[in-house]
Amino acid sequence: MPAVDDYVARIEGTCGKEKDVIVIFKYGKKNEAIARILKKAKTKKSISGIIFEMTFKNFSFRVYSSGKAIFRSIKDKGELQALLFELLF
Amino acid sequence: MLNPQKIRKDFPILRRRINNYPLIYFDNAATTQKPKQVIAAIEGFYENHNANVHRAVHTLSQEASELYENAHEEVANFISANDMEEIIFVRGTTEAINLVAYAWGLRNLKSDDEVIVSLMEHHSNIVPWELLSKIGKFKIKYVNVNNDGTFNYEDFENKISKKTKIVCVSHVSNVSGVVNNVKTLAEVTHEHGALILVDGAQSVPHLPVNVKDSDVDFLAFSGHKMLGPTGIGVLYGKHEILEMMEPFQGGGEMIREVSFNSKLQRCSITWNDLPWKFEAGTPNIAGGIGLMEAVKYLRRIGMENIKRHECVLTEYAMQHLQKLPKAKIYGPREASAKCGIIPFGIGGLGSHDIALFLDNYGVMVRSGFHCAQPLHQIFKLQSSVRVSFYIYNIREEIDRFIEALKEIEQI
Repeated sequence: MPAVDDYVARIEGTCGKEKDVIVIFKYGKKNEAIARILKKAKTKKSISGIIFEMTFKNFSFRVYSSGKAIFRSIKDKGELQALLFELLF
Repeated sequence: MLNPQKIRKDFPILRRRINNYPLIYFDNAATTQKPKQVIAAIEGFYENHNANVHRAVHTLSQEASELYENAHEEVANFISANDMEEIIFVRGTTEAINLVAYAWGLRNLKSDDEVIVSLMEHHSNIVPWELLSKIGKFKIKYVNVNNDGTFNYEDFENKISKKTKIVCVSHVSNVSGVVNNVKTLAEVTHEHGALILVDGAQSVPHLPVNVKDSDVDFLAFSGHKMLGPTGIGVLYGKHEILEMMEPFQGGGEMIREVSFNSKLQRCSITWNDLPWKFEAGTPNIAGGIGLMEAVKYLRRIGMENIKRHECVLTEYAMQHLQKLPKAKIYGPREASAKCGIIPFGIGGLGSHDIALFLDNYGVMVRSGFHCAQPLHQIFKLQSSVRVSFYIYNIREEIDRFIEALKEIEQI
């Protein structure tokens, strides 16, 4: 069974009013994870191949080539897990 | 003079590369990196002297006790305390403040009393007092901060009164780097018959701090923010105040005698001498020894040199940040009013985006509230990015940081 944990090492809630969520991909899987996300989501903008500003359904997020992504306006853990699953598989 | 290139050779972690870039560590207000001397001291303790301290007659325990006591003495000298009896080892600044709140506050604060706290405090100097006020029913008065992040001395003088029992204030803001005049604050506090507790987490590692000169009653600080290991910190307290206080936690080490009275079916307890009265249980011995080595390292460099070095870096970084069209520095613009910390934002970008972008270039900065949400409310900010410098940072690193920011401004 494919699982989000195959690609995701950690999910960190951030400190600040924004309530952003940072997803850190597994080091050995980060390139594959980013490639899968780039395939599924729409790239609005890319800066120097470092940041990819993306949209998928009603969600906007940024993916960083270092293997991290920042998601906004996520309601809860369940919503994020479902979104990541759709993006990765 | 401080030679950062020479200093950098003592820090093995600075040889690391992150995302194929040399590591630039600008998150020193959160924790500092450790020199090989500190790492070796901890390793040396475990390899050669490890034993529990006090009350054992064997050689290893005596060696460990001597090292642990020397660590207290070294710290006492570092901040010009009278002696090691005024130096209590705790886990960090947070525990030091909680110790004062519960061991002093719980017994001395009554319903009509007032505690003064500034709005620039780290949560660790707000939350313990709020928690305690629910038990003691005393009132907390918050001192305002000016729009530029500086302490509002006028508001402080308006709020302090004969009802004030303790003033709790940071020496240096962990968000803006603003340096408060704790000597003046202590004078005014004492005129009103109150005590002053100073959060020195961001000052003791960066400036010369002399508790005799400033006349503060309590000073709290953390080892890990001054090259020492995590899990060790210090509460300085004036001897006569500590002597009058009841212990914070009960257990081994902090007692002299526990005798059972069979008639009363109770134990009567007498406390150990200072500082052990406040160090219940087996302490963080290796941490204390690591902290001693860190203090020795800082003293060799000289605290005035450290202060000057950070001030030069702060001024340099602020000059370059101000030239970036979208960058905005929060707090005072003059480096002389600050202590090695710069909070900023880039128009249209969240603080975490900026931090993640910089991380791509191997630049470690902090984003968020930095555990000081009330100050962010005053600045009307969702969050901020914070860069904070230390002895091993150099201008070339600031240049690389600024170059990365130029790129992110394109977003």
